[in-house]
Amino acid sequence: MTLDTVTVAQSSPDQSQPFAELGLKPDEYARIKEILGRRPTSSELAMYSVMWSEHCSYKSSKVHLKQFGDKAVKTDALLVGIGENAGVVDVGQGYAVTFKIESHNHPSFIEPYQGAATGVGGIVRDILTMGARPIAVMDPLRFGPADAPDTRRVLPGIVAGVGGYGNCLGLANIGGEVVFDETYIGNPLVNALCVGVMKHSDIKLAKAAGAGNLVVLYGAKTGGDGIGGVSVLASETFDTTGSAKRPAVQVGDPFVEKVLIECSLEIFAEDLVIGIQDLGGAGLSCATSELASGGSGGMKVELDRVPLRDASLSPEEILMSESQERMCAIVEPSKIKRFLEICDKWDVTVTVIGEVTDGDRLEITWHGDLIVDVPPRTVAHDGPVYNRPLAKPEYVDRVNAEVINVPRPTTSDEIKATVLKLAAAPNLADKSWVTSQYDRYVQGNTIQSQPDDSGMVRIDEKTHLGVAIATDANANWSYLNPYEGAKLALAEAARNIATAGAKPLAVTNCLNFGSPEDPGVMWQFAESVRGLADGCLEMGLPVTGGNVSFYNQTGSVAILPTPVIGVLGVIDDVRTRTPMSFEEAGLDLYLLGETADDLAGSEWAYLHGQRGGQSPIADLQREMRLIDLLVAGRVNKVFTAAHDLSQGGLSASLTEMVLRHNVGADVTVENIGTALMSETPGRVIVAIDPSQTKTLGDLATKHQIVLTKLGTTGGDSLVINGANIPLTELRTAWTETFPKLFG
Amino acid sequence: MKVGVVTFPGTLDDRDAARAVTTGGATAISLWHKDADLKGVDAVILPGGFSYGDYLRCGAISRFAPVMEKIIDAAKGGMPLLGICNGFQVLCETHLLPGALTRNSELHFLCTDQKISIENTTTAWTSSFTQGQEIVIPLKNGEGAFMCDDETLAVLEGEGRIVARYVGENPNGSRNLIAGITNERGNIVGLMPHPEHAINTLTGPTADGLGFFTSVLNAMVK
Repeated sequence: MTLDTVTVAQSSPDQSQPFAELGLKPDEYARIKEILGRRPTSSELAMYSVMWSEHCSYKSSKVHLKQFGDKAVKTDALLVGIGENAGVVDVGQGYAVTFKIESHNHPSFIEPYQGAATGVGGIVRDILTMGARPIAVMDPLRFGPADAPDTRRVLPGIVAGVGGYGNCLGLANIGGEVVFDETYIGNPLVNALCVGVMKHSDIKLAKAAGAGNLVVLYGAKTGGDGIGGVSVLASETFDTTGSAKRPAVQVGDPFVEKVLIECSLEIFAEDLVIGIQDLGGAGLSCATSELASGGSGGMKVELDRVPLRDASLSPEEILMSESQERMCAIVEPSKIKRFLEICDKWDVTVTVIGEVTDGDRLEITWHGDLIVDVPPRTVAHDGPVYNRPLAKPEYVDRVNAEVINVPRPTTSDEIKATVLKLAAAPNLADKSWVTSQYDRYVQGNTIQSQPDDSGMVRIDEKTHLGVAIATDANANWSYLNPYEGAKLALAEAARNIATAGAKPLAVTNCLNFGSPEDPGVMWQFAESVRGLADGCLEMGLPVTGGNVSFYNQTGSVAILPTPVIGVLGVIDDVRTRTPMSFEEAGLDLYLLGETADDLAGSEWAYLHGQRGGQSPIADLQREMRLIDLLVAGRVNKVFTAAHDLSQGGLSASLTEMVLRHNVGADVTVENIGTALMSETPGRVIVAIDPSQTKTLGDLATKHQIVLTKLGTTGGDSLVINGANIPLTELRTAWTETFPKLFG
Repeated sequence: MKVGVVTFPGTLDDRDAARAVTTGGATAISLWHKDADLKGVDAVILPGGFSYGDYLRCGAISRFAPVMEKIIDAAKGGMPLLGICNGFQVLCETHLLPGALTRNSELHFLCTDQKISIENTTTAWTSSFTQGQEIVIPLKNGEGAFMCDDETLAVLEGEGRIVARYVGENPNGSRNLIAGITNERGNIVGLMPHPEHAINTLTGPTADGLGFFTSVLNAMVK
């Protein structure tokens, strides 16, 4: 096959090109021709196709995501906002924290271990690219029914992949979610969050400035894995079996990434780079075009200099390859010697592949022949933008009109049976089968991890400054009302940080939806974004970045709308955090917040095959007062423990609290048939020493939060309205679900 | 007193081990795998991680690192040497300790707060404990099942060279519940669980692990 150079393209304008196979629509192909004034070369076509894919270009979501900027709160805390690899937040004492979630859903269905592993690897490099040391990861996961045969294939592989990669990088895994629902059966969700920390002065950006500066590729060699992964995998719906697409899933090498992290941090510490970009989705196409358009625009790259694992790769394949563990840096010529020395110390492969020019074109040559000559901005940022049709799906009004009809326990036997059934439900059962495969201790700074409400890591050993992070989504509520669902997920994540006493500071998100070509799905997406943007504005929290994953569906069945919201908070002294449970008897238990009949979208309704009714309406003013109360209570040492109420309501939260340290409780509540399982948002159980009764009352009054006494701690049973549930029996129900399902 | 903490490419718990050394009262000295001298340290720790990715056998490549040559010589001369997790695997690969660590019986990585009993308090790393003392420290690995032939096991048991044993259910299939062993002289200890992650209750399950790092101070005073 002859090389398709710019000269060849100019002389053969009518040659047919496989743009459709690469995922480009006819009008998109026409637009490329218009930009270039000729047909693209095959290498240019490869670059545009991956960079204009849904995954890289956000072409269906951009018009909606704009709201995060338009409705943004004015804050000094945001040091780097949306658009860079990850947002950066000021957490005080000169520290900056960067965090982000990304999806790796489709690859994880095809090849669970590698899909999940490289999902972790990709987000970790995004964080590293900002100049930060990655310190912890979290993994919100969603699967088909727990007892479905394919879940038994997918779940163990994904969990092993998350652990296999993250453990080997030395990153503490501090939390996440494991949720089961029918709609994820052919499309599990693997969302990976990473958080990193740096000093303000260490922030790095993706820009190629200064003519004559060198373009340096370092890390793993380039192979044939993941070619077309972005366009073929992330932007297409599954309707057939997975095996045919396997070569498009990247294969990870966490050892190389660990070395790359340490090598990069040493390079950053000596201030040797002008700009930096990791190679993830769309590989070199993305890195070179984004670096060039982040600077003045001009860059020359000699593609034949890229070190290869497979010498037979064509230039198009090299440009599209998503081989993992690679970084691209812009380095001044005077600093290249030291750069190379550090790479040599870490035995990291490093190659100068080009230089920044004072022009405005990205020019790529292959053994001297020009094969790419494009304005880089048109590749990286000027992709197509679609204002796709949206329409409220017909199901919404229908399911909203449904009345939840579920058993309401009244007798002691019924109360006990309800608590045990909820404890054993796969969505609420003990997740240590999963989390014990993750290293939560490495780096020695983990203060909280699963099953706590949030993950918390110390970032300064002397001052005890720390950050807390929680991720949440309630897809049932988002299904019933995507606008409120997004706000409620935001509120829950913020509350989960506040129970420990941390103050919410910033938001990231991973928006998982079905096909954007379905107007109903697009409506769900638009409503979710509107809800999240309004919610963040009301709560005064900036959105620092995020990720959109479309086409999550099996055939014509879309997943439940699943906006996973991550909230990061700061705590000035991690030693003073409020733990999620109590270790002693004789404490008083109180409920903060009111309970309504909120069984729509609840776990109890789900267990009875019902997903109808009206979702709760988020009251963010009340949520903010509750958060203030929780932070103030922590500072004044009012609470011995605090735990959020969410899925599974009071029953699930009490179960988690009494089993944590094997200390029982005796509680009495009114209207037990609702109160036990209702999932009314904005509620927290707190345990206090009786001496704190007045202080707690004053706090509740001051913040206008309804306070109800539940009972006291102690004993070896959970007693609810006289129904006695021995902790041994409760523990068996809670812990045996996962081992029974997954071995 | 100076305690060296070795970093191989892929080592993860080096900073944790250094922190534990400092908390225990000694000075931590960082040793790089390519170093050909030990910078005058009095003892050495091989920390946990996945050195060189552990793609061959765990620890199989690290044993050939330049720094290991010096460490092996010094340990043979009596220098206290502690291998934790991957470090224990390296010690077995170098044959400073007998046996091998193989895949956990459940066939996946396990991170748990593990109760162990200290069975030998005469080693350089366990003198701060009392005989039979039960402590809880994190166990986290994929290949932690201690294996050896019957003859070696009889020698280890007969000479009291089992340093620590798992208490309760066997977490990984180790022979005789072995969590750690020592050499004949008692200066070299290999331990599968991680004492460096249990030096305070803020970041660890307990502060029980600190005893390993205070013990070595006594070893030097002698």
